[in-house]
Amino acid sequence: MGLPIRVLLAKVGLDGHDRGVKVVARTLRDAGMDVIYTGLHRTPEEVVNAAVQEDVDILGISLLSGAHMTICPKIMQLLEDKDAADTIVVVGGVVPDEDVTPLKEMGVKELLLQDTPPKEIVARLEKLVEERGPR
Amino acid sequence: MSTLNKEDPKQLVKQLELWEDNEVNTFLNKQPEREDNFYTLGGFPVKRTYTALDTKDIPIDDIGLPGQYPFTRGPYPTMYRSRYWTMRQIAGFGTGEDTNNRFKYLISQGQTGLSTDFDMPTLMGYDSDHPMSDGEVGREGVAIDTLADMEALFDGIDLEKISVSMTINPTAWILLAMYIALAKRRGDDLNKLSGTVQADILKEYVAQKEYIYPISPSVRIVRDCITYCAENMKRYNPINISGYHISEAGSSPLHEIAFTMANATTYVEEVVKTGMDVDQFAPRLAFFFVGQADFFEEIAKFRAARRVWAKIMKNQFGAKKAESMRLRFHCQTAAASLTKPQYKVNIMRTTVQALAAVLGGAQSLHTNGMDEAFAIPTEEAMKIALRTQQVIADETNVANVIDPLGGSYFLENLTTQYENKIFEILDEVKEKGGTIKLIEEGWFQKHIADFAYETALKKQDGQKPVIGVNKYVEENEQADITTHPYDSTTADRQISRLQTVRATRDNNKIEKLLNELIEVAKDERQNIMPITIELVDAGATMGDIVEKLRTLWGTYRENPVF
Amino acid sequence: MPTSSADLVARLKKGDLRAASRLMSRAEAHDDETLNSLGAIYKAAGQAHIVGLTGVPGSGKSTLVSKLVEGMREDGRKVGIIAIDPSSPFSGGAILGDRIRMTNLVMDEGVFIRSMATRGSTGGLARSALTSVDILDAAGFDVIIIETVGVGQDEVEIAKASHSTLVVSAPGLGDDVQAIKAGILEIADIHVVSKCDRSDSNRTITDLKVMLAMGINIAIKDRDGKPLWQVPVVGTSSETGEGIKTLIDTLDKHRNVHLNTELGEERLRQIAEYRTFKTAEDLLRNRFFKSTNKTIKNVVEQIAKRESDPFTASNDLLKKIAF
Repeated sequence: MGLPIRVLLAKVGLDGHDRGVKVVARTLRDAGMDVIYTGLHRTPEEVVNAAVQEDVDILGISLLSGAHMTICPKIMQLLEDKDAADTIVVVGGVVPDEDVTPLKEMGVKELLLQDTPPKEIVARLEKLVEERGPR
Repeated sequence: MSTLNKEDPKQLVKQLELWEDNEVNTFLNKQPEREDNFYTLGGFPVKRTYTALDTKDIPIDDIGLPGQYPFTRGPYPTMYRSRYWTMRQIAGFGTGEDTNNRFKYLISQGQTGLSTDFDMPTLMGYDSDHPMSDGEVGREGVAIDTLADMEALFDGIDLEKISVSMTINPTAWILLAMYIALAKRRGDDLNKLSGTVQADILKEYVAQKEYIYPISPSVRIVRDCITYCAENMKRYNPINISGYHISEAGSSPLHEIAFTMANATTYVEEVVKTGMDVDQFAPRLAFFFVGQADFFEEIAKFRAARRVWAKIMKNQFGAKKAESMRLRFHCQTAAASLTKPQYKVNIMRTTVQALAAVLGGAQSLHTNGMDEAFAIPTEEAMKIALRTQQVIADETNVANVIDPLGGSYFLENLTTQYENKIFEILDEVKEKGGTIKLIEEGWFQKHIADFAYETALKKQDGQKPVIGVNKYVEENEQADITTHPYDSTTADRQISRLQTVRATRDNNKIEKLLNELIEVAKDERQNIMPITIELVDAGATMGDIVEKLRTLWGTYRENPVF
Repeated sequence: MPTSSADLVARLKKGDLRAASRLMSRAEAHDDETLNSLGAIYKAAGQAHIVGLTGVPGSGKSTLVSKLVEGMREDGRKVGIIAIDPSSPFSGGAILGDRIRMTNLVMDEGVFIRSMATRGSTGGLARSALTSVDILDAAGFDVIIIETVGVGQDEVEIAKASHSTLVVSAPGLGDDVQAIKAGILEIADIHVVSKCDRSDSNRTITDLKVMLAMGINIAIKDRDGKPLWQVPVVGTSSETGEGIKTLIDTLDKHRNVHLNTELGEERLRQIAEYRTFKTAEDLLRNRFFKSTNKTIKNVVEQIAKRESDPFTASNDLLKKIAF
């Protein structure tokens, strides 16, 4: 019996813009996924601890503060350190085009930027989990 | 009876019926309309056309004249015929020096007021060297830790001559204290300073989510800003009660205004409780709304907001002075409406939104840069945005007639519908236990989240067209854009000044003042402003003050609703 | 290649929490290979104090848990939390937000929080939640708290399947009557009234005490007729911290009574019975729906045509299982 995909949605850093993350949370729930929400203003350490304990398939990081190039490397390193590198990391929010490649190079699997239609978000996440296979 | 209604209603009804049966039907038979029903962006149904029948029940006194209660047609009798709205482009990045340069550039380009954006650590009360600040120093706004930064920010700018707006909330009182301390050092007259500090904490819990302490002490701080300014800075707006962020968080235009009014009345109640006469502070309460895409709805929204506020102040709070009832607002075009694809189209969006703000009677206006879906705006993008306002002001002649759309059957009808709905919502808020209780229960947040979700679904299925995103999409578009660069030396430069301040100040004095601060904070009858001014003048950092009070008040944590 | 569940169990027994969280996922997924390993985990468990905590929505359960755990951490006890939230009846998905109210615990190495969704009536919630408890127990946690919304039958029963059951009420929710309706008042070993900083909390406490005095919860007595445990009412405030220490002490007292009297033995038997039943029910359900066996298909076909009836058929099916 297949379990719903488990997703941890996290707001990391100081920005509190949560319109996007809430729409995504609702979209994923309505698509049958289990969404764990961390709340606002979390640190990379807190988020990774939660991702490990919750054993999520996907860690979704919402960032509109522009601090992604500082925060994402920390998160990727912490996942590695905590034996959770098989967590699929996805970033959403405002990310300039020139940062997309470096983010993907550090292991971020997908960027869901402004105006990505909800259905497409669901489809892309499902695909990522499928590609990963059982773990 | 409305003067708009010279026609005999019965005859008009008949005329309408005939028109529907004949002209309209003939055309519908040839080609149906684009939709079965049309709605405003906020979900108000709109008819094919409007006539005197739609305005006949509006009391003529509700429409009135510009500068007259209830100020539907504008807060002032001469409006832009005497002076254009303040063109106030927001700016802020890097250190005080960096933003100071941008300010001077904007002034040289004809900008008439300053508006300051702060970085996330400043907004949230962290010093630049706090671990939470990592990667965020000077990125989205200017970094301010101490009075020394404030001195750099306003170097060479005469604060008695230009009005300065500061977009900051939970730490607003500290920034205001720095501003005052700076002015005092320069020997400026506090009563000559003009400008605004946003300091609207309630909408933070509802929408923007920049908060530190629980609601009750946070509202007390706002109260203290308002009473301090009423007594010491007669030209300064101690608060900018904002619907903008409520809208950006996803709300409908109706909820933007209704929730802002709910917040505004809460502040007034808090200040009145101190015993201060409503007419002593209400004239300096200022508002801030978004300029959204639905052109006529926005204009109706602004007009209704003025009418509602005037009635609230008069009927609910017994204000006597016209200035207390007159709603003045700053407007910013809708950042959430900007797109990355075909980003230059953002100039058009912004232009139309700005025009609605002007026709709706805004007192000051910020037009967004075309590149803001990428990063904070470049100088070039800001220049075009400012020029947009200048074109509206100088080339279109729209500023020459006050409330030129007043009397439009459609607009007056929509204005009144807005008014009625806003009052209905305010009644509901009262019935359900008041603004603060409903914030704690997530009531406002739920309404906002629902509308945001609906909007996302409507964009997805094309019901809400967005050019370049779900309509007229260009495949494989490459954005040829240079965005505002982040100077990687910012944090080091900022932290080095912070450390110099810490090393050169009298730490015993700071310690003593911080303990005094706690005593003041504990006693609700005292005002927190004077001790804060003393603290920043002595070199206390924002983090010193915020953390000290956190030991007393704790940290707010929201129960999110989806 | 995924790590085998047997390997994970070996790592778990050494206290590896990454293994614990992965095993919980596999157990919840009814993964056959993992089911075989769960027996070993069950046998390795049995040391922890299991606390069930339930109450109506809005009673401040998660915040209370966060304060309670903070208090327990002061004397060094390691605490696991299983926080259960309802799934959407429409999509089967869920938004699990209990962690938000426990952010104070996230960086504490001695605390482990796992969120679970109820997943409707077919999800085998009881089995997977209690298996997760076993896993944390085997990993060396001293106290494990299962937090559920006291609304559905399953959620209430899970809270009951613990050594000590807390039922949380809050003033001003008009909840006392509702709580009785939901049948959760009776299951309490300890009643907690949260939000005691509020002025109307005394009324709730009094209401509960009156109800207890009226005999809704009859104290279990020992052979000499002395009551082994009188259900207490503890007022707490997550705002001021009031009552948290008392609640911890009361829990410890309840634990001691259990460890040292027949009350505890009886409780352990009840839990074992419940778990066996729920596990059997689950396995049966899974087997039934996964079955490609022709007999079941034929039987269903006959019942649909009214040639047979569900009563006879079920009896026949169950006869094939030897109890």
